[in-house]
Amino acid sequence: MTQEKGADDASVVGSRGPEVGVAAFLLAIGALVVGDSLRVGIGWADDGPRSGYFPFYIGLMLIGSSGYILVRALLSWRATRTEFATREQIGLVFAVFVPMVAYVALVAGIGIYVASFLLIAYFMRRHGRYGWPPTVAVSVAVPLAFFLVFERWFLVLLPKGPLERAFGL
Amino acid sequence: MEEFGNLLHGFSIALTLPNLLYMLVGIVLGVLIGVLPGLGGANGVAILLPLTFSMNPTSAIIMLSCIYWGALFGGAITSILFNIPGEPWSVATTFDGYPMAQQGRAAQALTAAFTSSFVGAFFAVVLITFLAPVLAKFALKFGPAEFFAVQLLTFCSFVGMSKEPPAKTIAAMMLGFALAAVGMDSVTGQLRMTYGQPELLKGFDFLIAVIGLFGIGEILLTMEEGLAFKGKSARINPKVVWQTWKELGKHWKVFLRSTAIGCWMGITPGGATPASFMGYGMARRFSKDPQSFGKGALEGVVAPETAAHAAGTSALLPMLTLGIPGSPTAAVLLGGLLIWGLQPGPMLFIEQKDFVWGLIASMYLGNLVGLLVVLTTVPWWAALLRIPFSVIAPVIIVICAIGAYTVHSSMFDVAMMLVFGVLGYLFKKLKYPLAPLVLALVLGDMSEASFRQAMLLSQGDLAIFWSNGLVGGIVLLALVMLVSPLWGIARKQLRAREYTQAK
Repeated sequence: MTQEKGADDASVVGSRGPEVGVAAFLLAIGALVVGDSLRVGIGWADDGPRSGYFPFYIGLMLIGSSGYILVRALLSWRATRTEFATREQIGLVFAVFVPMVAYVALVAGIGIYVASFLLIAYFMRRHGRYGWPPTVAVSVAVPLAFFLVFERWFLVLLPKGPLERAFGL
Repeated sequence: MEEFGNLLHGFSIALTLPNLLYMLVGIVLGVLIGVLPGLGGANGVAILLPLTFSMNPTSAIIMLSCIYWGALFGGAITSILFNIPGEPWSVATTFDGYPMAQQGRAAQALTAAFTSSFVGAFFAVVLITFLAPVLAKFALKFGPAEFFAVQLLTFCSFVGMSKEPPAKTIAAMMLGFALAAVGMDSVTGQLRMTYGQPELLKGFDFLIAVIGLFGIGEILLTMEEGLAFKGKSARINPKVVWQTWKELGKHWKVFLRSTAIGCWMGITPGGATPASFMGYGMARRFSKDPQSFGKGALEGVVAPETAAHAAGTSALLPMLTLGIPGSPTAAVLLGGLLIWGLQPGPMLFIEQKDFVWGLIASMYLGNLVGLLVVLTTVPWWAALLRIPFSVIAPVIIVICAIGAYTVHSSMFDVAMMLVFGVLGYLFKKLKYPLAPLVLALVLGDMSEASFRQAMLLSQGDLAIFWSNGLVGGIVLLALVMLVSPLWGIARKQLRAREYTQAK
């Protein structure tokens, strides 16, 4: 990692964009909290403080702190030269994140065991460049081991799909 | 003394065969978690927590706390052999540990690290043994106002001691509180911030947050660096251990200093990570030969490891006595207590004697077992790290997904884990601290309850927070911690002004 590279460099993503984005996100959450607290009441009822009594101030402090970060980031927009990550690094992060999202969607659809098999196999083929024999061995063995540990040993049920039903599990 | 009797009783609980077995399993799992990137103490314990719901609480806490000790030990292995800190608190260990390994002194560095970990933890456990009952007895007198004041102190000291910008610490903390408030209000039964979504009725579970923030977030961070593990191998034989131990005796002052720093940082929620850096910094400042630091000084390994373990262990003291965890992992253990139906706090020492003293006795034994396990099995753990990341990463993702699913058997939680993962990655990159978020999420309901009870007592008058010396003192201390960053800023500005004037 080189620190000297500026945010204007095409291969680098500057940190000011994400900084503003996260602060705005927190600000929005703060607004939601304050809004809902006002809805349920921030004052006193006959039996004590209403439900919004405490969260209201939490929301205010969230708005205050994230607003401060946001304003500061916007004011020093031109002067900020710190880097968030290089484009290559962001690419690598997405190379993991996208399969992760697909995996979670698959777990909901076809069960965790088949989805895990696909995830491990994908990673080993795509990123590890393994041949088929080791890929199949590992990606079958790991879900099988989890099956034995969770469903048989600890009696914890995990999501299953058509394949498991075909086996009558 | 009463404590000795209690402790002996505790040993009689911890020394049964099943509990010793759980201890061993916990240590081995813990080292595994500590060695693998993306799995750390906090989320490792969070993932395994659902498996212990059916166990008896004493065995469960023994196993989970041993996972924690194991993770503390495991972090040192990767730092020294691979220059990759497996845990944030072992970053300082890499400064001198890795140079030692490069010089072919890996076995010495590892022995020193493990031994210092053990020493730091041991002193912290002694502290817990004798201080915890006293503190618990004292805390029995606490009313809601005092409890809220202590919680305020916890959160204010995060702002004061954190390396991260205060505004970001506060923002992360408030996000935690806000997430904790989602769902049904336990006092009035009113639904808050659910916006008509049935999934949000039960609120955000901190276990999901921990697995996402630390587990998935860490995987994304690790991937960014495109890790290829290239490490040194090491084999520890008894002769090296003996020689290193003889040499370590000379550094007793470093041990003492780091233990003191660690215990202090653990009880006040500074946590193990700043403690390890402070321990390292202090050792260098007081060393006769500061030049050797960073080039493979034995003290440079001893100091951070002792401090980190002392802090990690003593973080359990406020958790047991006041119900306020000193670190994210302690927060997860606290969540476990609540799930097993135990109310953490001073009453625990009266109502659940077996549990408390069984746990304390298991800390002594667990650390001893841990020391023996890591000293004898180092080559295997090092071999484990040679498995490429392209195999480890998907397996860890699968483990995280299973962990998130088993908390409530809900797919919504698994999806939320991904959201928290992205948040964890962004927060880490933008230097928002994660620990206050997790702690606020765990303590949110409790803080709110004690605040509302205090307000009920005083009919909404904030003056209850300085109505007597005790609560007033704690609140004052909290406010001092809160504004302490201003002192640093003021000094910096003053110096900058002097500098420009001198020009």
